[in-house]
Amino acid sequence: MPILEQPVLFLKQNTPLTVHASGHWQVHALTHPDAMSAIRATLANVPRNTLVKWDLSNIAALDHIGAQLLWNAWGKIRPQQLAVLPQHAEFFERLEQAGPLALPQRTKMRRLSLSTLGGWLTGALDHLSGFIALIGQFVMDLGRFAAHPLLGPWKEISANVFHTGYQALGITALVGLLIGVVLSYLSAQQLHTFGGDIYLVNILGMSIIRELGPLLAAILVAGRSGSSITAQLGVMRVTEELDAMLVMGLPHGFRLIMPKVLALAVSMPLLVIWTDAMALFGGMAAAEFELDLSPSYFIQKLPDAVPLANYWIGLGKGVVFGCLIALVACHFGLRIKPNTESLGQGTTISVVTAITIVILADAIFAIVFSNVGYY
Amino acid sequence: MIEVRNLWTQFGEFVVHQDLNLEIGQGEIVSLVGGSGSGKTTLLRQMLGLEKPTRGSVRVFGEDISRTAHLQETRNRWGMLFQHGALFSALTAFDNVAQPMRELRTLPEALVRDAVLLKLHMVGITPGDALKMPADLSGGMIKRVALARALALEPELLFLDEPTAGLDPNLSESFVELIRSLHQAMRLTVVMVTHDLDTLFALSTNIAVLAEKRVIAAGTPEQVLATPHPFIKQFFLGERGKRALEELHGSRHA
Repeated sequence: MPILEQPVLFLKQNTPLTVHASGHWQVHALTHPDAMSAIRATLANVPRNTLVKWDLSNIAALDHIGAQLLWNAWGKIRPQQLAVLPQHAEFFERLEQAGPLALPQRTKMRRLSLSTLGGWLTGALDHLSGFIALIGQFVMDLGRFAAHPLLGPWKEISANVFHTGYQALGITALVGLLIGVVLSYLSAQQLHTFGGDIYLVNILGMSIIRELGPLLAAILVAGRSGSSITAQLGVMRVTEELDAMLVMGLPHGFRLIMPKVLALAVSMPLLVIWTDAMALFGGMAAAEFELDLSPSYFIQKLPDAVPLANYWIGLGKGVVFGCLIALVACHFGLRIKPNTESLGQGTTISVVTAITIVILADAIFAIVFSNVGYY
Repeated sequence: MIEVRNLWTQFGEFVVHQDLNLEIGQGEIVSLVGGSGSGKTTLLRQMLGLEKPTRGSVRVFGEDISRTAHLQETRNRWGMLFQHGALFSALTAFDNVAQPMRELRTLPEALVRDAVLLKLHMVGITPGDALKMPADLSGGMIKRVALARALALEPELLFLDEPTAGLDPNLSESFVELIRSLHQAMRLTVVMVTHDLDTLFALSTNIAVLAEKRVIAAGTPEQVLATPHPFIKQFFLGERGKRALEELHGSRHA
C-alpha cells in the first residue's frame, strides 16, 4: 500500500478567514477513522458565508469523493476566493457541470390505508385466480395425456417419482420411526394409569394410519420437494429456460407441471405407506419395552383395531396432498421474477403455503369422513 | 502496475498457461486477445485473485496477489466490470453503486448519495433511472451502472471483461468513448479482454496476444501487427480485421 498522508483541514484566523487543506483527499485516506471526524469538526467552525477564503494548493492528491466532500461543504457553489492547483481544478469543474443531482422522491408508504388493504385483496385474488387457472390447465393436460398416453412425458414422470419418492425414503423413515416411538411412550404412560394397556394398538393404529402418517409424509415432502420444484422453476425463469421452452413449442403445463403433479400423486401414497409402516414399527418396539406388549400381539390386534377404511382414507389423503404440494410449488415457481431476492422469497412462501394448505385439506378430510372408519 | 512472471496454470492434465510473462505499465489500456479457450479470462481472474496460478507469480501494485496479506486493501484499489454486469439484482442501480462506499462505514450518507449520483452522471445514467432495479434496465444501462460501481472507490486500475459484448454498434461505440474519457479523467490503467476488433483498435494503447499457452506478442498495435505469426495474421488480417484496421489508420491520419 502506498503511504497516504492524512487529509487535514485547518483554519487561519486572518482576514479574510482562510481554510487550508492538505494531505491526500482521496477516498482511502478519508476513510481513516480519525480523518473524517476531524474534518467534520473543523467544518463545523467554518462560517457559512462567501467571505471565507479556501486554499487547496497544498493538497497532494484529490479524487471525486474528496472533491465532493469539499463541494458539499461549500453548499454546492464555487467559493469566490479559491486557490486550487490546476490539475485538481477539473474535479470541481466536473462537479459544477454536473449541476444539482437529486434522487426523485420515493413515494412514502403509509403503514395501513385503504389502498394497501385493496392491494392485499387484489394480490390474494390474483393468486387465487392464478391457482385455479393452474388447476384448470392441469386437468386439460391430463385429458390430453389420457387421449394419447404414448405421447406423454413418461420420462419426466419417472424421474420425478425417483426424486420425490425414492430419495425421500430415508428422511421419512427416520422421522416416522421417531414419532412412532414418542407417541407410543406418551400413550403407554397414560394408558397404564388406568390399566388400558392393550388399547395402545388402537390409539397408535388409528392415529398413525388415519392422520399422522399422511400428514408427516406431506410436511416432509412439502419441505423437500416443494421447495426444490419452486426453486427449479424459478431458476429456469432467471435463465430464460422457461421462455426457451415456450418458443420451441414445449408447453409448461404438459412438460413441466403435469409430470411433477402426477409424480407426486404416485409417490406420496407410497411414502404414506412407508411412513405408516415405520411409525408403527417404532411404536411397536417402544410398546415392547414400556408395556411388555409383544410384537406378535400388536400385529395380530392391528386389523381388528383399525378398520380398513382408515387405510384407504390415508392413501387418498396422500394422493390429494401430493397433488396440492406440487400445484402450489409450481404456482409460486412460475411467479418468481428474474432476481435473486424473489427466488428466495418465492421458495419460502411456496413451502409455507404448501404446508398450510395440506393442514387445511386434512381438516376438510376430517369433517367429510367424520362418520367413516369408526366402530 | 501488473507483472506476470513465469505463470503456469493447469486444470488437471490440461495446461492453459505455460511460462507466461506479461507486464502492464501505468496509464496503459491493454487488451488481452486470443482464441477461445486460450486462457484470457483465466488470466484476468488470476490478476483479480479469484483463481490461483499453479506456478509463478502475478503481482499487482507490486503485491503478489495469491500470497498477499493485503488482498482487501488491494481490491479496494481496483474495479472490475464483469461481462454481464453482475449487478446485485436485489438492489436498485443507486444502491449497487453505493454498496462499495457504504462498505467503508465511515463516509456520511449525504456524501455517498452525492458521490453516487456524480458517478452515475459520469456514465450517463439520470437520477430518474437510478432507483430502478437491474431487471428493469436495458443491457447497455446495466453495463453503465456496473461501470459506475467498478469506479465507485476511485480505482487506479480497471479490469473489463468483454466491455462491448452484447451491445449494439451504436451503444458499443458510445461505451468505448465513455471508457476513453474516463481513462483520461481518472488517470486509469485499463486491462480488458475483448473479441471485438473495433473496440480493440479504438481503445488499446497496448495489445497482448495469447496463443500457444503464452504471450506471443505484446506492444503497441503497430508492433503487434508487424509480428510475423500465423495466429496474428489470421486474427487481425482477416476480413473483419482489415475493416477495423482501415478505421484505425483513418482516425490516426485524420
